[in-house]
Amino acid sequence: MALITGLATQTAEMVLVLALAPLLTGLIRKVKARLLMRRGPPVLQPYKDLLRLVRKEVVLAENASWLFRAAPYLIFAATWVAASLVPTFATGLLFSWSADLIAITALLGSARFFLALAGMDIGTSFGGIGSSREAMFATLAEPAMIMMVFTVALLAGSTQLSTVSNFMLSADVGLRVSLGLALIALIIVAVAENARIPVDNPATHLELTMVHEAMVLEYSGRHLAVIELAAQLKLLLYASLIACIFVPWGLARNEASLATLAIGVATYLAKLAAFGLLLAFFETSIAKMRVFRVADFLGIALMLGLLGTLLLFVTRSL
Amino acid sequence: MAVMFALSCAGLLLGLALLGIAACRAAMGTALVYTTTMAVCAAACVNAVAFLLSSSPDSGLVLPFGLPWLGAHFRIDALSAFFLGLINLGGTAASLYAIGYGRHEETPQRVLPFYPAFLAGMNLVLLSADAFSFLLSWEFMSLASWALVMSHHREADNARAGFIYLVMASFGTMALLLAFGLLAGAGGDYLFTGMREQHHADLVSGLVLVLVLIGAGSKAGLVPLHVWLPLAHPAAPSHVSALMSGVMTKVAVYAFIRIVMDLLGTAQWWWAMLVLVIGAITAVLGVLHALMERDIKRLLAYSTVENVGIIFVGLGLALAFSANGLSAFAALALTGALLHALNHALFKSLLFFGAGAVLTATGERDIERMGGLIHRMPQTSFVMLVGSAAISALPPLNGFVSEWLIFQAVLVSPQLPQWGLKLLVPAVGAMLALAAALAAACFVRAYGVAFLGRPRSEAARDAVETDRWSLVAMFSLAALCFASGIVPGLLIDVLAPVTKLLTMARMPLQSSDTWLSIVPISEGRSSYNGLLVFVFITLSASSVAWAIHKLATRAVRRAPAWDCGFPDPSPATQYTASSFSQPIRRVFGSVVFRASEHVDMPAPGQTRPAVFEARIHDVIWETLYAPIGWIVEFVAGVLDRTQHLTIRRYLNLVFIALIFLLLVLATWR
Repeated sequence: MALITGLATQTAEMVLVLALAPLLTGLIRKVKARLLMRRGPPVLQPYKDLLRLVRKEVVLAENASWLFRAAPYLIFAATWVAASLVPTFATGLLFSWSADLIAITALLGSARFFLALAGMDIGTSFGGIGSSREAMFATLAEPAMIMMVFTVALLAGSTQLSTVSNFMLSADVGLRVSLGLALIALIIVAVAENARIPVDNPATHLELTMVHEAMVLEYSGRHLAVIELAAQLKLLLYASLIACIFVPWGLARNEASLATLAIGVATYLAKLAAFGLLLAFFETSIAKMRVFRVADFLGIALMLGLLGTLLLFVTRSL
Repeated sequence: MAVMFALSCAGLLLGLALLGIAACRAAMGTALVYTTTMAVCAAACVNAVAFLLSSSPDSGLVLPFGLPWLGAHFRIDALSAFFLGLINLGGTAASLYAIGYGRHEETPQRVLPFYPAFLAGMNLVLLSADAFSFLLSWEFMSLASWALVMSHHREADNARAGFIYLVMASFGTMALLLAFGLLAGAGGDYLFTGMREQHHADLVSGLVLVLVLIGAGSKAGLVPLHVWLPLAHPAAPSHVSALMSGVMTKVAVYAFIRIVMDLLGTAQWWWAMLVLVIGAITAVLGVLHALMERDIKRLLAYSTVENVGIIFVGLGLALAFSANGLSAFAALALTGALLHALNHALFKSLLFFGAGAVLTATGERDIERMGGLIHRMPQTSFVMLVGSAAISALPPLNGFVSEWLIFQAVLVSPQLPQWGLKLLVPAVGAMLALAAALAAACFVRAYGVAFLGRPRSEAARDAVETDRWSLVAMFSLAALCFASGIVPGLLIDVLAPVTKLLTMARMPLQSSDTWLSIVPISEGRSSYNGLLVFVFITLSASSVAWAIHKLATRAVRRAPAWDCGFPDPSPATQYTASSFSQPIRRVFGSVVFRASEHVDMPAPGQTRPAVFEARIHDVIWETLYAPIGWIVEFVAGVLDRTQHLTIRRYLNLVFIALIFLLLVLATWR
């Protein structure tokens, strides 16, 4: 019985993250448009875009290889598996013990590996510039993410996300400088990894300003739909990560009734909306950085993560 | 029993070396030697693994060779058994690969005799139980690999590489000789069993550690003694490069573990600081160099330097925990380091085999003259993809598991009481994460430029797939990488006797965990299940692909590349390897390599092309090795005058020497 409810909750989580990802992107685009005094596309437009793309024929470059055709599905699978393991409305999911925070970071790294390879597959300079810049951002963003994971794991005594969320929900936490530093580091990494302003412009198609868009320039049809869905899932993953670690109130605990689960889902939707609003405000109020300024930006995240970890190392036994 | 079998395998390999001298004239001689070597290595590997699994007591043997009052002592225990299994696995794979690759060798008489001798030397190092046989086997291994490096000596680069290798190897052996001399103590007991019983003063132990770091570290490739590695490893034939990178560096790691963790007794905490700093710097510096390289074999050699750094970070953590009596965590860190040694042997050999396949297919080692090989060499490209993903530490392959274990060891480090360690370990963790991210970027670059895109030269356009033996070897290694990623718990349990021997503790039993996951410390703390991650990824990818193909459309149309509406037919417009690493060169290289870019623009009206120059400096070579080279040359020039003196000056010298010795004799009394 417990296995069945556990399986049902895990499946519900997987379906929920998949269903909500385009909605979050639609919300962010709508709010950004409104802030710029435009009407903006409908909030449900990303769903319509995905359906439209999925039904179109794929136009493949003549020298595209099997890797180019398989990469969208691999990227999507890695991102979806990572997103399904982050607690959204309930902790203690059935398979949450199979991959911890470090494994989730590495799964996102796998997705990025295949995306960068896909960018280099056709042999155009756009794909090259996208992959090259993405590789440079990743060399700074991934260590910053790992240092953030270390900070949180040292506090919670575990790298398992369910244990971390339960710890954050309990009263043992208190206000800590390291947590604040970790939060800022995670926000910077989230902005960089999801190709938002100030790191990359998700709405542009000019080569000077694009990184993620440059890597997927040659994709079309259902391949493009799968990659766009994967990007939307990644944004949802980071939102859920910030929510479950730093704003965990409302999460249903391991043994939960239907009422607590409903409260969990409602608070999760509220947190997503808040995240979308804040991200839209942030993106509208700041300009995109030059590429080599991003290195300093991410370096700040790395230093903050390192400082947070160092503080915890030093104060642990005092 | 086990030790006799292992020794007879080593003896057989020496016999095969002699056979190789005769066999290279015969038609099937090369294939015969490599096949027999493969069989002998496989037998030795099975013997070692059986010994490790059966946890039988250590067996020893004394042979009447070597020094008359000492004899040659050989012994096999859990540590030797693990490393014997590792190197013989590498040897089996390399010999299988060489059955196909060796056909392309122009001068087989320069390779065939030394290849089994090299393997024999490595086996004998691992079996030695006294300082003399150890150093003799170590030198024999170095000389055999030097002969293999010099097999294509007509090229000036290879001759220089061989010279530098010889100098560094001799320097390393001298350091090890001094270390053993200190370990033997006043009594002069050169047996390992005797050295274990001795108690040394703290200063002597510290000195031994530094000497072993220099001696074994230079063979492993620790900064700043790594300079021979990217010169020598590419110079040898590809199956030998795989052995040197994947296997010989692990013999050096074995030497370090044996002397520092077994023979020296209880560790001191500052040893861990030294090893951690050197390991972390080696990891980051190695991969940054790899990102600047165009030659695929030099790139792989620098990547070996990086992975050796990671292994030494794990060993440093194990030393730190041992020094503070936290043996369970020491076992965790040591398991991570040893598992990474095994994983690296697997995927580095695979990558070198692929590089060798590409070299025979295109004749090129420069990745900027390759491209589009995924279409011409599909199977090689597939296994190289698996190798690149494994070395970039991507789940569910094996590279991720060992790095994950080392990260878990970093996370339990706040329990270390010393302040130096408390401040150092987070920084080391950050550098480790940085090295891992840079490695992924490095292999996206190497794979993307060499195998993807459009062919940049005629050779790449006309490449053909390599032979079946090479493919079988590569596919077996890829399968092993995959298997070690899916069921790492099995390997962790196999390593338990080794950690039991060295740290008196072992990791918790992994085979009892649910669904083959690994739990390094405790269930609630952290766990990882490679099998489940792989199953989830496969299920998600196939279900989405199936759903879309069923419900939407499968239509595909081939057309020219979009390229924003301006496709260029020339393959020179696609990204090169230097362009790919340019952002990283600007961000990291300006500090580490004094990297600079110079653009020489023509004045308006001139029709000459602009010139772009990117300069990087190997700072360690320029600050450490080049000055030593000048000093030695200067001193040699001064001393050279003693070679051209007249008879009268020589007679004066003899007379003065005689007077000096008589004075010494007189004052000694």
